[in-house]
Amino acid sequence: MKVFNFMGWRLVAVVFSAALLVVSIGSLAVRQLEWGLDFTGGTLVEVHYGDSADLDAIRSTLDNSGYEGATVVSFGTDRDVLIRLPSGFTDSDGNAVLTVLEEASDTAVELRRTEFIGPQVGEELREQGGLAMLLALGLVMLYIGFRFQLKFAVGAVAALVHDVLITLGFFSVLGLEFDLTVLAALLAVIGYSLNDTIVVADRIRENFRKLRRADPVEVINQSLSETLGRTLVTSLTTLLVLASLAFFGGEMIHGFAVALIVGVFIGTYSSIYVSATTLLLLGVSKEDLMIPVKEGAELDDPAP
Amino acid sequence: MLNKYPLWKYLLVLGVVCLGLLYAAPNLYTPDPALQLTGESSAQVIDEATLRRATAALEEAGIDHFGEEIDANGRNALIRLRDRDAQLRAQARVARALGDGFIIALNLAPTTPDWLLAVGAQPMKLGLDLSGGVHFKLEVDVQAAVERRMEYYYSAIRRVLREERIRGRVTVEGDRRVALAFRSEADREAARALVVDKHPELLLDRVDEADSWRLNADMTDITVDEIIDYAVSQNLTTLRNRVNELGVSEPLVQRQGRNRIVVELPGIQDTAEAKRILGKVANLEFRLVAAPDAPAVEKQRFEYRSEERSGAYEWLERDIIITGERVSGAQASFDQNGQPNVQISLDSEGGTLMNRATRNNVKRRMGVLFIERKYRTRYEEQADGTEVPVKVPYDERKLLTAPVIQQALGAQFQITGLDSPMEASELALMLRAGALAAPITFVEERTVGPSLGAENIRLGVKSVQVGLALVVVFMVLYYRIFGLCAVVALSANLVLLLAFMSLIGATLTLPGIAGIVLTVGMAVDANVLIFARIREELREGRAPQMAIHTGFERAVSTILDANITTLIVAVILYAVGTGPIKGFAVTLSIGILTSMFTAIMGTRSLVNLIYGGRRLRHLAIGKDIVQGDVA
Repeated sequence: MKVFNFMGWRLVAVVFSAALLVVSIGSLAVRQLEWGLDFTGGTLVEVHYGDSADLDAIRSTLDNSGYEGATVVSFGTDRDVLIRLPSGFTDSDGNAVLTVLEEASDTAVELRRTEFIGPQVGEELREQGGLAMLLALGLVMLYIGFRFQLKFAVGAVAALVHDVLITLGFFSVLGLEFDLTVLAALLAVIGYSLNDTIVVADRIRENFRKLRRADPVEVINQSLSETLGRTLVTSLTTLLVLASLAFFGGEMIHGFAVALIVGVFIGTYSSIYVSATTLLLLGVSKEDLMIPVKEGAELDDPAP
Repeated sequence: MLNKYPLWKYLLVLGVVCLGLLYAAPNLYTPDPALQLTGESSAQVIDEATLRRATAALEEAGIDHFGEEIDANGRNALIRLRDRDAQLRAQARVARALGDGFIIALNLAPTTPDWLLAVGAQPMKLGLDLSGGVHFKLEVDVQAAVERRMEYYYSAIRRVLREERIRGRVTVEGDRRVALAFRSEADREAARALVVDKHPELLLDRVDEADSWRLNADMTDITVDEIIDYAVSQNLTTLRNRVNELGVSEPLVQRQGRNRIVVELPGIQDTAEAKRILGKVANLEFRLVAAPDAPAVEKQRFEYRSEERSGAYEWLERDIIITGERVSGAQASFDQNGQPNVQISLDSEGGTLMNRATRNNVKRRMGVLFIERKYRTRYEEQADGTEVPVKVPYDERKLLTAPVIQQALGAQFQITGLDSPMEASELALMLRAGALAAPITFVEERTVGPSLGAENIRLGVKSVQVGLALVVVFMVLYYRIFGLCAVVALSANLVLLLAFMSLIGATLTLPGIAGIVLTVGMAVDANVLIFARIREELREGRAPQMAIHTGFERAVSTILDANITTLIVAVILYAVGTGPIKGFAVTLSIGILTSMFTAIMGTRSLVNLIYGGRRLRHLAIGKDIVQGDVA
């Protein structure tokens, strides 16, 4: 089979990743994230009009009824309207808004959903989300350090941090709303990217033991080439279902699908370049992988 | 022989898949929209006549209904409707026809056939985002409960010092400390002994200053946690009782974290109504039982609240001794003789008032009244001739108990002579319900209308179908026969996932559906890994049977590592996440577990069935194998 010289391009990859990271971190620092209601607190009302809704009329109705600063946008179709009240309104305002809209409209107004999130809850969620992310990274590092070797753990975590930051950056640059489902997607990205990284790492370990003479760059190139087919196929099937989710899943799940699509792309790339490059930087060698006795026994396996 | 499973392995795979089909099957039956009728009090029995009145009202309004049933003990009745849109209208009609005293709740009645129910198969529960309903998150103001306890310590310590004639100054410092200061060391030691005896849970610390001997009594973290637990669990019990009153078919009242309570009410649309009942405050009044010769203007008649004594009543004085705000705690326990009793503590002012009222009335009886705000429905006719229901509030006062006063009472006293420990704990609960140990506030509220719920299901199912179809087409085109095996395994995986979730009673949410879709995409990964290995082995010149064998063998450890790490992430998601994230984590974790079974064992048995034990020249595992085929 053809062995691609992946690592020959690693400088280009480093520059590319660095550029993406700088843009992401810069945007996160300057523009921050468009936090969704789950995190900011506030009130949200989604209504469905019998006829296409006049957003300006709704805005002025709300302004006149004491709901200044409400954002009114259409949600999916021109009949569905999403109204967001800034924090400061109480939990009873969701119903009140519906009543106001019903009185002002000629056509039927149907309540689709209301959400009220107190400010303290939102703040906690942000903390919890960050904590979950750190915990996931920490435990994963432990597991890989235990199953493989510390250098692999560092490589995997570098790839994960890379993926999470760039996905976050994507949401920040485009100003997409970051809500709870997107956070869930981000953690799923960690899971996915990890899956990829481990498959590659597994092969690198195997090849280090098999190709005793080869230098690390050759071993890694060989391993990446061998796993390339599998990496691409799995990414493709995952992207297929995510595309289906993004197109047919409806508005409430759209952010989730988009975050995962971005994450799968980045995760596929990072499992090839980020974790492997990190391994080379850390100076991985076959001595690193000869220690565990049980794993060594596999070598003597009289495989046919 | 190579690539032949023993018979039992085939049977195992087949058996698991069949069981999966059986337990996933109930989800195929769409539930009927229904009305659930319940009596407001447990004495209210639903009989045939009531049901006939309800169905007559529906017929009059031209609403189709069928399959009416009353459950065995006559507490609930169910009326199934043909049309989901008519549900709200039907509810209003039936409420109007039956009048007060009944709770009419919207419900989705499962249509699971009896033979499935017989083996314990149940459809999955739908989350609020799919079924429609209200989700509340309430926060218990635990600070208030802690402050209340501080007040209690403060007054209790002052009183005991006064009783023992120890001179000293008592102040509250911060929110955790009662500070005592004495003129002499002897006073301090005497006081210390008293406090240790009465309140062993306080942490005592002597501090010597120039001219005063001080003693700091601190509440420990353990005590504070106990107070918080007590306040939250009390609110939990109270909320459960009130939610039952709402007559929701499957409510959820659950503690979350340190001081939050989550309430989920499927099928409820009117959040205002739900909040009114949840936020309702019960109260208590303590009054003396009137003397037999008291003039009528000075006394009032009250009925007992409990059902065993329904109809019995007492005459109480009009003067109120104290109300429920003065009660700081009530606990069921036992006296020295093992008889059940209820220990009541009042705050300092309550203690003074109670003492004043009881010291001259020993051997008389004292009644405890339970006051609840209730609502009557009145129908008002509008100008346009339509009727709107109007809720008129009123206070219902019923007698809990009327024990004899044995001696002058203070801030701490007990009610004895109760029949059973059950009665004692019920009474304690009632007394606490009025006490409002800690106020609650709504910190989160989500309502999903029924139409959005139905749409979410439709969209979710569609994206699973389309996603699955795309993956099937791709896998079969790319891996041919092997792809077909993987696709069959993937479908089995979906079935097992649904069966598992139905069995453990997991709730399906929209993010949960997203988790299923993601599982479909990622579950083929295990097969892709195996197939890629087999291709490699073929390329290296191994015979087809050997390639299958080593391909599966070698891929397994990679699959395990990859899946275990993903599982770690899913478990963290579950542990840290709330609501929607939890739903996603559950489907993701179960999906990982079932996919390992179907992708490794399921696919292997299919491949074995097709290729096992045959002399093979090549494998249908995609086009590039032809080149590497060493036939």
